[in-house]
Amino acid sequence: MIQSAPVTVPTRAAPEHAPPTAGRANRPTEIRSIGLVFLCTLVGAAAQILMKYGTGRLPANPGLAALALNLPLVAGFACYAVNTVLLVLALRRGHLSVLYPIIALTYVWVTILSPRIFHDPVNALKAVGVGLIVIGVSMIGAGSRA
Amino acid sequence: MTTPFSSMVLVLAASFIGSFGAVSLKAGADRLPPGILHLFRSWRIALGVALFLFSSVFYLWGLKHGSLTVLYPLVSLGYVWTLFWSRLFFREPFNRFKVLGLALILVGVLFIGLGNR
Repeated sequence: MIQSAPVTVPTRAAPEHAPPTAGRANRPTEIRSIGLVFLCTLVGAAAQILMKYGTGRLPANPGLAALALNLPLVAGFACYAVNTVLLVLALRRGHLSVLYPIIALTYVWVTILSPRIFHDPVNALKAVGVGLIVIGVSMIGAGSRA
Repeated sequence: MTTPFSSMVLVLAASFIGSFGAVSLKAGADRLPPGILHLFRSWRIALGVALFLFSSVFYLWGLKHGSLTVLYPLVSLGYVWTLFWSRLFFREPFNRFKVLGLALILVGVLFIGLGNR
């Protein structure tokens, strides 16, 4: 029964380091990839917040040791590394033109979180900006499934 | 706060370099055999990461002077370049959702930049 199910795996069996065939490169974007980029934006927001928090606690003229021992800063860099890995994994199964603009959600998380963490002021302009980005990203995502 | 022209050029350069980082990551991702470890052995992915790092140097350099209101939206122009490259290099289709969605994102980033003044 399982064997009779239509399974599409030939793309996985593509020869290593072969240039992408039109079929592989142009398949529609998978939901899994959209989920991975979504996760990427959360990790990216964490990276930005950690780095801002870390740089705020640095002395005036930090040496290399002060940078390396600054835990939030190091954690921020680590988040950027995870961020890149997630993005590449997402890009394996989807269009760059769909997945890349989703990264703009990072602005949304940072704008929502920084008033809580850094007591940045909240205002209507930021709220409108967040709303527009969410609508724009949803539109691109929805368009990729249409 | 007035934004020097040099800052705008630097941030624009950052967005341009960064968009090629995205292209290199995508080209690398398309050629990856299964298995997460291959990710660390692909020169295209290494080049993409290098371009991202390189672009962030320009970005930080640009942000030293000038207002976020002007510079933030310039950064997000990277999404526009990437849309063109994805059509040029990967033959991905344009559709009205992508164009309209991207326009909304740019205006949204502009608003957040204005709100951060």
